[in-house]
Amino acid sequence: MIRINIEKKLKAYNGQQVLKIDRTFPRGGITKIYGPSGSGKTTLLKLIAGLANPDKGEIMVNGLPWYDSSRKIDLSPQRRNTGFVFQNYALFPNMTVVEHLQYATKEAEWIKRLLYLGKLDTLSTHKPDHLSGGQQQRLAILRALAIKPKVLLMDEPFSALDSKMKMELIGELKSVLVELGVTTLIVSHNQQELEMFEGEVMDFEAI
Amino acid sequence: MDLSPIWLTLKLAGITTVLLLLIGLPFAWWLSRGRAFIKIIIEAIITMPLVLPPSVLGFYLLLAFSPQHAFGKWLHDTFDVQLVFSFPGLILASVIYSMPFMIGPVKSALQQLPSSLAEASYTLGKSRWQTFWYVLLPNIKPSLFTAAVLTFAHTLGEFGVVLMIGGNIPGVTRVASIAVYDSVEKMDYASANNYSLILFAITFVLVIGVFVFNRYQAKSPLA
Repeated sequence: MIRINIEKKLKAYNGQQVLKIDRTFPRGGITKIYGPSGSGKTTLLKLIAGLANPDKGEIMVNGLPWYDSSRKIDLSPQRRNTGFVFQNYALFPNMTVVEHLQYATKEAEWIKRLLYLGKLDTLSTHKPDHLSGGQQQRLAILRALAIKPKVLLMDEPFSALDSKMKMELIGELKSVLVELGVTTLIVSHNQQELEMFEGEVMDFEAI
Repeated sequence: MDLSPIWLTLKLAGITTVLLLLIGLPFAWWLSRGRAFIKIIIEAIITMPLVLPPSVLGFYLLLAFSPQHAFGKWLHDTFDVQLVFSFPGLILASVIYSMPFMIGPVKSALQQLPSSLAEASYTLGKSRWQTFWYVLLPNIKPSLFTAAVLTFAHTLGEFGVVLMIGGNIPGVTRVASIAVYDSVEKMDYASANNYSLILFAITFVLVIGVFVFNRYQAKSPLA
């Protein structure tokens, strides 16, 4: 379970806005996050991953404090074990597909399974600039899963996939998420895209 | 023809480049992160050799290293080290003089990498050092190569600083650029021409090498 009660000032086109979030995300569940651009969806994921800090508040994950401004607790991103799928994929140009996964985990069997899951097993020696947009996006998802995260944060993770690939990947992904018992937050601007996932909805327009 | 000034120059340039790779890379990384005011001051100090006349820099280094002054005296009394008119002194002066050529390109290249690359590495549990070594450095290879070659070539061409610090001691501090000057002073234009041609050829090949390498390697990290 993720318990968040934070405040953070955000820069907006008309000055500053304050992002206030007071919410609980169920353990092992999926939360679909929607909202307009600039509303703070990506910031929320970065706050949970420890890649940005709130101005005040606390983030508790499975009973452990990851961030608490009053107690000066701030767990580093390295110790949070969060899988993060970046909107721009953030793939490493110097590494091949399999090297991305080997950088994240040493479990050969798990790597093999991930490659199969993402249908990248025949492209394992390719570097990102020799992959299509959809293949790059799948690799970004596999890399995030490679560490067997307790929390999976995905920022527009299916935007570059065609509908057939999206259906297949989401089907496989759902069973892996259940198997890992991972708490998942998925940001998307497209509500239809996440219809295959059952879970709670968080709408930033309502915040 | 006495080739010792050429070998001495190559040795000086090689050692300076290796030292600056060791010192400059972590330093460039530190400078590339954040915008603290102290970093601006330090970067300005590092950049000074680019704009100062080399003789000015050489003069102040001469004062600093001289055993007649506090720092040089302390070095001499404590470690029995004399930097003025010695090869180690030339190395130290060259490191200071060529520092902007190493740090500038590396820092710019690191700043141009998307911050999400390092962030992705951190979320995989990798330390800052692992991220620097396995993710950031391999993705700035062209800039790294350019910086190393420019540092080497710039050290080859040093004159004012090495003359002030090292003087003209054959086999110890008499590098090629000083040998050229010395030959001209003695009206020995043939030797001056030989040294100059060798320096010109080495530098030209190095610069061509940078252009060729970057032509094939330079790509956007997200391309």
